[in-house]
Amino acid sequence: MRTRSDVERFLLPLGTAALAIVVWSLAVRLTHTTVLPSPLKVASALRELAGRGVLWRYVGDSLRRVATGYSLALVLGVPAGLALGWNPALASAFNPVIQMARPISPLAWMPLAILWFGVSEAAPGFLIFLGAFFPIVVASMNGVRSVPAMYLQAGRNFGLSTPRLLARVVFPAALPQILVGLRIALGIAWLVVVAAEMIAVDSGLGYLIIDSRNAGKRYDLVVAGMLLIGAIGLVLDLFARRLERLRTVRWGFQGETA
Amino acid sequence: MRRLLPFSATAALLLVWFLAARRQTSGLFPDPLQVLNGLLELLRRGLLAKYVVASLFRVSWGYLLAVLTAVPLGLLLGWYRRGERALNPLLQLLRPISPLAWIPISILWFGVGDLAAIFLIFLASFLPLTVAAMNAVRNVPSTLLNAGRNFGLSNPRLLASVILPAALPQLIVALRISLGVAWLVVVAAEMIAVNSGLGFLIVDARNAGNRYDLVVAGMVMIGLIGLVLDLGMRQLERMKAVRWGYGS
Amino acid sequence: MTPPPKVSIRDLSMRFPTDGSHIEVLSSIDLEVKDGELVCILGPSGCGKSTLLNVVGGFLKATGGAVLIDGREVAGPDPRRIFVFQERGVFPWLTVEGNVGFGLFRLAAGERAERIAHYVKLVGLSGFENAYPQELSGGMKQRLEVARALAVNPDVLFLDEPFGALDSITRLVMRSELLRIRRAEKKTILFVTHDIDESVQLADRVVVMSTRPATIRRIVDIDMPHPRDLSAPRYIELRDMLFEEIGLAHKI
Repeated sequence: MRTRSDVERFLLPLGTAALAIVVWSLAVRLTHTTVLPSPLKVASALRELAGRGVLWRYVGDSLRRVATGYSLALVLGVPAGLALGWNPALASAFNPVIQMARPISPLAWMPLAILWFGVSEAAPGFLIFLGAFFPIVVASMNGVRSVPAMYLQAGRNFGLSTPRLLARVVFPAALPQILVGLRIALGIAWLVVVAAEMIAVDSGLGYLIIDSRNAGKRYDLVVAGMLLIGAIGLVLDLFARRLERLRTVRWGFQGETA
Repeated sequence: MRRLLPFSATAALLLVWFLAARRQTSGLFPDPLQVLNGLLELLRRGLLAKYVVASLFRVSWGYLLAVLTAVPLGLLLGWYRRGERALNPLLQLLRPISPLAWIPISILWFGVGDLAAIFLIFLASFLPLTVAAMNAVRNVPSTLLNAGRNFGLSNPRLLASVILPAALPQLIVALRISLGVAWLVVVAAEMIAVNSGLGFLIVDARNAGNRYDLVVAGMVMIGLIGLVLDLGMRQLERMKAVRWGYGS
Repeated sequence: MTPPPKVSIRDLSMRFPTDGSHIEVLSSIDLEVKDGELVCILGPSGCGKSTLLNVVGGFLKATGGAVLIDGREVAGPDPRRIFVFQERGVFPWLTVEGNVGFGLFRLAAGERAERIAHYVKLVGLSGFENAYPQELSGGMKQRLEVARALAVNPDVLFLDEPFGALDSITRLVMRSELLRIRRAEKKTILFVTHDIDESVQLADRVVVMSTRPATIRRIVDIDMPHPRDLSAPRYIELRDMLFEEIGLAHKI
């Protein structure tokens, strides 16, 4: 329970944000720098993008690519993780491959992606899939592994067959951890899409950033793009956290902070 | 029999890879043997060592800088709730911005080279580490803090003797994860912003002649080194001073 | 002619492999439990009583001897004999209703709803049908677990130190609740505990176990009618008998 008022809760961050903007614009004004745009310039850049109709199109493109790559990772990754968590033999069999593939940045797969898919929408989609797939698999696997034996025993006691047990006990019990993995994977997918768009395609927020610089040193557009990326990423994260508050999974998050 | 399973599964996958590569029509995708030869070639030409050192160098600097700034800041923010409440939304806003989105700015400020890459790695590690350090402090059970105060510890002493050791397990996990992220970022940064290193190798090998065997060789090296870094950090988690913090 | 025993444990032994050799946890257990009896298995922690319960319930396979329930050998877990653990056993992702109805998936919707309502009421959780376990107290969660077990209408209930995590006042309340529920629904109950008072308060018979390898030291008939007066001389007598059997001093 908070002892300080809720007003402080809002005023303080708002105040700091306002302060940051003031410092930012002062820094630009005082150093007469040409390299960092002032907040006003960035705001007008955002308006310009909206006016050209480019803003929503780019945002939509980036989100769309995330959606395709991420949904594929979810649909394949959760069952894979559940299987690996349930069957220790499978897990130990695939563990070396997973541990080797995990540290390879999804971007490093770019040349292979282009080789396999050409310069198309499939290439960034593949990278996003890769980026999201491993966290989802690992989280699902760990979720299954940490289901207390008591729940499994109770399920068997009530006469549940293995498929029923997996559906009615293992999956719900593992769901909190799976959701955390899904949220982290969503964040990674958002990071990857921006990076992928810098290299392989001609639309989207990542492209906006690289192109604005290359095509005319429009750093106001660059920073505008960056802020947009941050804002959308934050919204995605908040939305994912909402899911964690549903009552059927909230039990798994007792005593957790940010 | 169980012990053979990882080896046999990996061997089976290598076999599938080999057959798939042989069957393709474009002839560009390398099979495992070609990749191995590629690695040896890089070793002979001295490029492997050079690029690995370059990547590790950048990671080390960027990561260490981040650790030295983020951990104290995070600890402080975790302790002074006001500071945390003030800065937290800002941190949360900046966090989802891919470090790579900072590339144009970093090239602008630092030019194409090591500094730009180090800056990107620093960025990628700084924010998550700050947040993690903050949370680690917040999660220290109040019973421990009360016990410390009961024995008459002043605030600085409390920080050093109670908060830091209690927060250490979570902190080390965060350090390990951040190192992994830093390794991912260095590769990505090298693909875009510099002229040496394993990330550069991947892009260059393709651009300068479709040497996909070198591309995949580079990927394998990246995976290996990332794995070694991760395993090394996990060893830290086995120290007695922190092992208690890792449940069952 | 006397009816056959509900549960028949014959020369049961249980050994577990450890690195190199074996460790014998249970040794030559012979016990018969009549239909509707409440038998307490009493012993210090770690002596193997939970193992015994797990074998009888079909979760472990005995390495020697046999367990028969209703004359047939126990081959595995079965909804006719339900375990009740400490309150941690309730499923946190289901409401009270969801938990109570968990084992009733083979019933038609109408009958299922009826049964759920009946048992929610029986254990005293009326009004909390849509609550989640995290919103309930320890005692309430324990009742929930009992309701879930009873809902499938088992013949035998196994309770493994179910009240262990509750505070001592709630424990007293729960014990009388258990007896009340037992009066309403006659079940055979095997109840593992390390609490001497608990065994004297609840059981028809108390089976005192030795330390590992566990055998039956003694079976004590608790010949007091319910409700049992905790200050009655007979109660204290029986309790002292058990104290001695376990080997504990009378004064601290």
